[in-house]
Amino acid sequence: MTTQVSHPSTGQTQAHIADLTNMSVKPRSLWMDAWSRLIKNRASVVGMVVIVAFTLLALFASVIAPHNPLQINDGKGFLPPAWLGVGPNGKASDPAYFFGTDTLGRDVLSRTLYGARVSMTVGFLPTFIVIIIGTIVGLFAGYRGGRIDNILMRLTDVFYAFPDLLFFIIVMVTLRQTYIGQLLNGLFLLFSALAVVGWVGFARIVRGQTLSLKEKEFIEAARCMGATDTRIMYRHILPNALSPVIILTAISIPGYIITEAILGYLGLGLIPSTNPNDFFITSWGASMLEGQTAINAQPWLLLAPAIAVSLVVLAFTFLGDGLRDALDPRLQGTQ
Amino acid sequence: MGKFLLRRMLWLIPVILVVSTITFVLMHAAPGGPWDRDLSARQVDPATQKMLNTYYGLDKPLWRQFTAYLIGDVDSKGKFDCGLICGDLGPSYRQRGLTIQQILFMPPEEKSVIYSRFGYSMRLGIYSLLFAIIIGIPAGVISALKQNTMVDYVSLFIVTIGISVPNFVMAIFLIIIFASTLHMVSIVPRSWDEISVWVLPAVILGFGTMARTARLTRASMLETMRQDYIRTARSKGLSERVVIIRHMIKNSLIPVVTILGPALAGLVTGSFIIETMFGFPGMGRAYVTAIGQRDYSMIMGTTLIYAVLVALANVSVDVVYVFLDPRIRLD
Repeated sequence: MTTQVSHPSTGQTQAHIADLTNMSVKPRSLWMDAWSRLIKNRASVVGMVVIVAFTLLALFASVIAPHNPLQINDGKGFLPPAWLGVGPNGKASDPAYFFGTDTLGRDVLSRTLYGARVSMTVGFLPTFIVIIIGTIVGLFAGYRGGRIDNILMRLTDVFYAFPDLLFFIIVMVTLRQTYIGQLLNGLFLLFSALAVVGWVGFARIVRGQTLSLKEKEFIEAARCMGATDTRIMYRHILPNALSPVIILTAISIPGYIITEAILGYLGLGLIPSTNPNDFFITSWGASMLEGQTAINAQPWLLLAPAIAVSLVVLAFTFLGDGLRDALDPRLQGTQ
Repeated sequence: MGKFLLRRMLWLIPVILVVSTITFVLMHAAPGGPWDRDLSARQVDPATQKMLNTYYGLDKPLWRQFTAYLIGDVDSKGKFDCGLICGDLGPSYRQRGLTIQQILFMPPEEKSVIYSRFGYSMRLGIYSLLFAIIIGIPAGVISALKQNTMVDYVSLFIVTIGISVPNFVMAIFLIIIFASTLHMVSIVPRSWDEISVWVLPAVILGFGTMARTARLTRASMLETMRQDYIRTARSKGLSERVVIIRHMIKNSLIPVVTILGPALAGLVTGSFIIETMFGFPGMGRAYVTAIGQRDYSMIMGTTLIYAVLVALANVSVDVVYVFLDPRIRLD
């Protein structure tokens, strides 16, 4: 409802002021503020577009891929990519195989598209699990304190001492031949290993936030009004502790994607499948491992997966930087 | 100070204990023994397997194998064999007759220790770190001084790429450009005695650290530039050059210097893929080979060395900080 205050000389302005005093302007939440800051950042918008594009490519790889990634074409091995004309081995390129073919004549572009499935899944799924576990543990440890808190802090000390990648390598080496190691072409073991290490970082950050938030007046106010501990934790502390969690998420995802690529490159990631019905056929790390023996003569085998990994990782980094600036403007430009 | 150092060094003991326990448990959770892992190769016959197990003490109960590895055990002749606490990492299961420490630390005959696998990896790490410092610090300083100009944006872009793109992907791009296309370097050199063949691996390995150094320097410079004492220095009429060098750079390098220890540890322990790509005779390639061969004692030994290096580097941060920044007190 607006009260029109008419004034003969400055009618227009008066109406505007009256508008404001009556709060008819739609209030903007902190999240809307952050969102509008985020979409003003060109680099993070590009990052978001790339991430969405790769997610779609991963989901619809079976429709988009021009060839069956497992189809072996006799006599068409090591075809150079389309822009090269004639490759170093004297074979002419075929526009049907844009990125060329590998040793067995399989289409590199299609294999790279299918590889996006592994990388995008590794980026999102373990992160999701890790956030949930880490946030709940961090909330309890920070809010209740005492023994849970002590155990958590000792655990984090231990985890920080063990270099992550070495832990993943050892887990993947030793448990690969077991039943768990074979589930989901080896990805289940990889996800579990990532989750075992990953939740600690989130728990630590949520604990820190909770420790400082629980002393604030609005928590005291909520308690006075008779809110239960569970309600205070989830309705009052958690929403206020979310910003650093979101920032850490954006930083963690490219880390997981890189870890999977490194393990794949060491032959410890996804177990490449030969069954066309499998969702996960090959990964970028595994493609790079296959291509690496021919790096001098057939560099395109490595080029496609390497470009794909770089694009995705860069996209997440840009988005992460943008999120940090948007959610925590105090940090802008300092890191 | 001495007390602080002692306490930090004692903290290494639980770290080593935890790392070796996790590694040990995982190694023994794996099905089969060390002799029948490689299913494609010819199998060792059961009688020989039994002999090997007795020889390496694998027929003893698990807890005793573990204490034997950590502390030591009495062998069949009643002689005490000292374990990890004496620096003995045990025999390699694949390179028979050699212990892990011999494989990693023993140089070829009549050469100094820098020609051992560990020495090679250390040298590669140091060269990479030098590259990171020589390029990274000036880049950070310049981009802070020219904040929000084209120079700053270009440097920031390169830094972002360096931080996010993993070094083995970077290696693929640079090898394709400089080796496969331009034929300027050979990927797997015949000898590592010439310094020129070290350039490409060192640059690739150090690129990420260079980017991180540049970003940290820039952030630290930007913070220092806004301090009151910089205004004071300017207002008392010092030349801009003196203000920049004596007041800004000197103060803003404190956080940068402290990360150099962990950076070196990161470079030495993180070099295994680069070493494998270039056929480098270092510790990292031995590690990757051990992974491929399922040489469990070698994997465990190398992991322990890596963990100790990282832990030592973290201690070094605290120590260096105290010397550089008198505002920080230990205890």
